[in-house]
Amino acid sequence: MENLVVAQIESIVRLVPVFPLLGFLINGIFNKKFSEKAVGWIGSSSVFISFVLSLWSFFLLLSLPPEMRSIESSWFTWIASGSFSSAMAFLYDPLSAVMMLVVTGVGFLIHVYSAGYMRGDGGVSRYFSFLNLFTFAMLLLVMANNLLLLYFGWEGVGLCSYLLIGFWFRKKSAADAGKKAFIVNRIGDFGFGLGIMLLFWTFAAAGRPTINLLLITQAAPELLAGTGIVTVITLLLFLGATGKSAQLPLYVWLPDAMEGPTPVSALIHAATMVTAGVYMVARLSALYVLSPISMAVVAIVGAATALFAATIGTVQNDIKRVLAYSTISQLGYMFLACGVGAFASGIFHLMTHAFFKALLFLSAGSVMHALAGELDMRKMGGVKKYMPVTFAAMFIATLAISGVPLLSGFFSKDEILLNAFTSPFGSPILWALALLAAILTAFYMFRLLFLTFYGPSRMEPEVEHHAHESPRIMTVPLLLLAFLSIIGGYLGFPRVFGGGAWFERFLEPALARSQAADSHLSHSTELLLMLSSVAAAGLGIYLAYNFYIAIPERPKRMAEKFKGLYNIVLNKYYVDEFYNSVFVQPFITLSLFLWKITDVRIVDAAANGLASFFGWFAGQSRFVQTGRFRNYALVFVIGVVILVGFVFLR
Amino acid sequence: MVPLGYFIVLSAILFCIGVWGVLRSRNAIVIFMAIELMLNAVNLSLIAFSSNMKHILVRFVQSMAPQDAANAIGTATSSGQVFVFLVMTVAAAEAAVGLAIIIYVYRMKDSVNVDDVNIMKW
Amino acid sequence: MLSLIIFFLLAVMVVVAAILVVTSKNPVASALFLILVMCCLAGLFVLLGAIFLAALQVIVYAGAIMVLFLFVIMLLNLRRDEFGQDSLAIQKYLGFILVAAFLVQGIVIVSWAMKDYSVSIKAETQPGVSIPLDTLAATDYNSAQSVAGTLFTRYAYPFEVTSVLLLAAIVGAVVIARRRPFAEPESREK
Repeated sequence: MENLVVAQIESIVRLVPVFPLLGFLINGIFNKKFSEKAVGWIGSSSVFISFVLSLWSFFLLLSLPPEMRSIESSWFTWIASGSFSSAMAFLYDPLSAVMMLVVTGVGFLIHVYSAGYMRGDGGVSRYFSFLNLFTFAMLLLVMANNLLLLYFGWEGVGLCSYLLIGFWFRKKSAADAGKKAFIVNRIGDFGFGLGIMLLFWTFAAAGRPTINLLLITQAAPELLAGTGIVTVITLLLFLGATGKSAQLPLYVWLPDAMEGPTPVSALIHAATMVTAGVYMVARLSALYVLSPISMAVVAIVGAATALFAATIGTVQNDIKRVLAYSTISQLGYMFLACGVGAFASGIFHLMTHAFFKALLFLSAGSVMHALAGELDMRKMGGVKKYMPVTFAAMFIATLAISGVPLLSGFFSKDEILLNAFTSPFGSPILWALALLAAILTAFYMFRLLFLTFYGPSRMEPEVEHHAHESPRIMTVPLLLLAFLSIIGGYLGFPRVFGGGAWFERFLEPALARSQAADSHLSHSTELLLMLSSVAAAGLGIYLAYNFYIAIPERPKRMAEKFKGLYNIVLNKYYVDEFYNSVFVQPFITLSLFLWKITDVRIVDAAANGLASFFGWFAGQSRFVQTGRFRNYALVFVIGVVILVGFVFLR
Repeated sequence: MVPLGYFIVLSAILFCIGVWGVLRSRNAIVIFMAIELMLNAVNLSLIAFSSNMKHILVRFVQSMAPQDAANAIGTATSSGQVFVFLVMTVAAAEAAVGLAIIIYVYRMKDSVNVDDVNIMKW
Repeated sequence: MLSLIIFFLLAVMVVVAAILVVTSKNPVASALFLILVMCCLAGLFVLLGAIFLAALQVIVYAGAIMVLFLFVIMLLNLRRDEFGQDSLAIQKYLGFILVAAFLVQGIVIVSWAMKDYSVSIKAETQPGVSIPLDTLAATDYNSAQSVAGTLFTRYAYPFEVTSVLLLAAIVGAVVIARRRPFAEPESREK
């Protein structure tokens, strides 16, 4: 009976990536031959079919006992070379099931929204084909059963990110942002690639050459425990994660990535691509728990990034930038969770974050759409009366991200804070940093809400005249996401209230057993910590209210008072400028040198010189042909004499 | 009995005179005659060798019956002369065609100076 | 002894005549000296015993080819050397040096080779040689009969090919040298 279910899952799962790939090919090849509407339908329905298939497999998986919830399904063998082999094959287990549902579900809603948002843009078919390609690559990433295929998907989403950030490529800032994203990601990917190679090498040296994820997870404890090499491997892999998931020090591309269309920011830079790093760490949790140093690095980087990004977000004026820094900050939370051993909590937050962050971005897009592309919050205000539905959705999302109780964000964030405090890998310092970040999160999110929707209107009169609620094709996804933002948290209802922590238990077979899961706290400590996170949210909201509703002049006065500090934070701590002068400019100078001196003067000169030498030589040599018989005869005889001379000398 | 070596040396001398003639003459016809001289030198050398074949081969035919030995040596000797015969034939043909060409060139250029025939150059 | 004297006589005549062929100013004189060379060579052939070929040399070379040469010289009405300055004067000296070098090389090589030959010649007087040379020498290898025998049996194929060659030469010579009724295009001139 169970084997039948396994077989069913096997055949369904391998179909999931097919439809987005088809969508990409159809929209890509028949560029501009279909109407806008048809393009939207093709793009969205392909993802919808994948979603339905993922859902179906999920329910089938639930019907299996936990020990059997790990199924591999293969397309074909990709590389088989000596002891190294890699297949185009998928691993379906609780972790990948969750990721697939998030990617296809949220992805589908964003596709539908895009059909409305991108109406009238000339490159709609290109947009949807890239979006489908992205979905395909992301699915490969989360479904891969071996590291090479995962890396393939990893690079694929990086490529699509570049294509979509620079979608309006004629705009220089967009093209530059695309390049920046790709290049910074590449640095991280370099570390990632090295990590994979080192892993394979280590395993091969121990006699078990493989990059299959299941085999690695099984063999890791005995092969790598207590070695130093596992730290190196995990740190290299984490470098890739910092690039892809925008952590310190490779986060600089994400704020610039807001040049792309807003649904792209929602899908790629909030819900899915940036979470790839978290997924990777969770997937390889078996390796990470073997290295306390790596765990500490992950946790510290996560917490530091969370706080760092939150501080920048509090003073930004561009609505999408605030959300971008918020994303970086929330990703920091997810890494913090993984770093303290609570991998399930990290994935839980990944899921809830996908819901409310996508919702936030899409709502912001809705507002921008209505206000003719206005991004600066200082030119908004009082939008509430024009866009009630959008406002409602955004309000729910803001509550969720701030960690207000009863919404999904509260459950997931609270779990992370709890684990940070109690886990043997964690420490109260990390908890304190995370709490501080939580206060700031609530603060800047409500700041955003108040500045945009409340208060007197600061809009241009022309803009205000045309402000209107978005069409249903855009608002329905918003409402669906709002719904998910509310109920999504109940999957991980904390034990202290009698809930079964269903989510955590579901993911258990796929993640490493760490002491974090085993730690038991007294109920009172747990309640106390929960209360503190609620208090943090409350404090943040109150401060935002105070600054932006009650005493609107307060922000300006504070900015005046702390002018230096304000400017530093507003300019993102000048990190971009620092990178530019320390890395980018010297590199450009080196490249120019290599081009002008080495390439042009040395290499080209050598090649051209050789050619012109032969030209000159031939030009001189032609004078040998005098046309005169006697000269030829003379040469003839010279030759004969020399030849006979050789014989003579022998 | 004149030793073989003398004939060979004489042949070499004649050949070299022919080469010298080719190099130094400007008159096309004289060049041709020098070429004929070279051919004759070679003919002389061939005849010289063929006449001495019996001396060269006598040790090699010891194992054969006298009549066969005689035949073998006879064939070897005659071969040299047949070769000369054919060389003469070819020399005749070559002289005919070469002189025809010289006539044609003379009609064109009104001169048999080989230095005047020099358009195949750079 | 007698043969040696005749040889040296003929040899000297040949060499002198050859040099005169090359150095004469008058092409007719060159032709006549070449005829002299041919005849002396014929004499040398007789000395070697190849009487048939000696006859051929006189008939074909001296009697046909050289006559052809003379016809052409007369036809073109060539006089004494009327060419102007030799623009390649250096070639004369260089040529002489090269040829001398070549000659020296040739003679040295020949003398090395001849050393082995003389040694092997002496072998025929050693014991172990059962068929003496004189018995073999009794047969006449050089007559027309023996040459014809080899020519028409062993070398029949080259003989036939030679006849084709002669045909080609005849046709070629006629085609090239005939007088054309139309005016020749002058474009060939420089």
